[in-house]
Amino acid sequence: MDTIFNPLVGGLLIGATATLYLLCLGKVIGISGILSQLLFNKERFLPFLFIAGLIIGGSVYGILTEQTVAFPESRSPLLLIISGLLVGYGTRLGGGCTSGHGVCGISRLSPRSITATLIFMLTAIITVSVLY
Amino acid sequence: MYAIVTLVSGLLFGLGLAFSEMTNPAVVIGFLDVFGDWNPSLLIVMASAIVVGMIGYTIKNKRLKPLLGGYWQVPNLRHIDSKLVVGSVLFGIGWGLSGYCPGPGLTALINNPSEGFYFVSALMLGSGLHFIQTRITNK
Repeated sequence: MDTIFNPLVGGLLIGATATLYLLCLGKVIGISGILSQLLFNKERFLPFLFIAGLIIGGSVYGILTEQTVAFPESRSPLLLIISGLLVGYGTRLGGGCTSGHGVCGISRLSPRSITATLIFMLTAIITVSVLY
Repeated sequence: MYAIVTLVSGLLFGLGLAFSEMTNPAVVIGFLDVFGDWNPSLLIVMASAIVVGMIGYTIKNKRLKPLLGGYWQVPNLRHIDSKLVVGSVLFGIGWGLSGYCPGPGLTALINNPSEGFYFVSALMLGSGLHFIQTRITNK
């Protein structure tokens, strides 16, 4: 029960947020897209608010509560840099990440998003099985 | 009002990521480690988020305009092209390497700063490389 509660509540919260954002603003939540708007668009205020909120909301809980799995010891900068480059470039080329394609895209049964999600899940699983 | 909803959405989304522990790369790698010590929690996160999201889209389809006015800006592309496939392959490899996708990666700036600094700097650089590339090819 304990193991289901957190992911279930977290998932419901993510889905509810995507719904709130969609119904109020008419837009889809995609973190990679919002981040690139913050960096490269002329209108930076709204993407800034969203990303700032995300960082605060995503950090407060981790600080206040005990995580069931420990954070990893800091890994090699090279690994993190290669990972960041691939995630940054790949999500823009593919037009979305876990939020945009994985949650919002599958919710509206978009064939593009379902394809993208299957592909990045599969390649991530292969990468982990090779590396870890 | 637009700004308040945006900020609250960011906060709640981050809280959802944190509550489900997706902000911890060790949990994400545990999920991706299907052939090892598999932790299926991300599956529960995705499924519950998608079910709620589907309800959201059903309501959206019955309305002409968003609640705060304007127009629907939902992607309506349907074709599957090489950019989608190659981009998703690269993203998947990057995600598997560190266990960070963009949202949880950003929260690592505070949760795990020594990792967050390198990951987020490279994340922005990678995103920038694509931006520059599209600028050049569109000229």
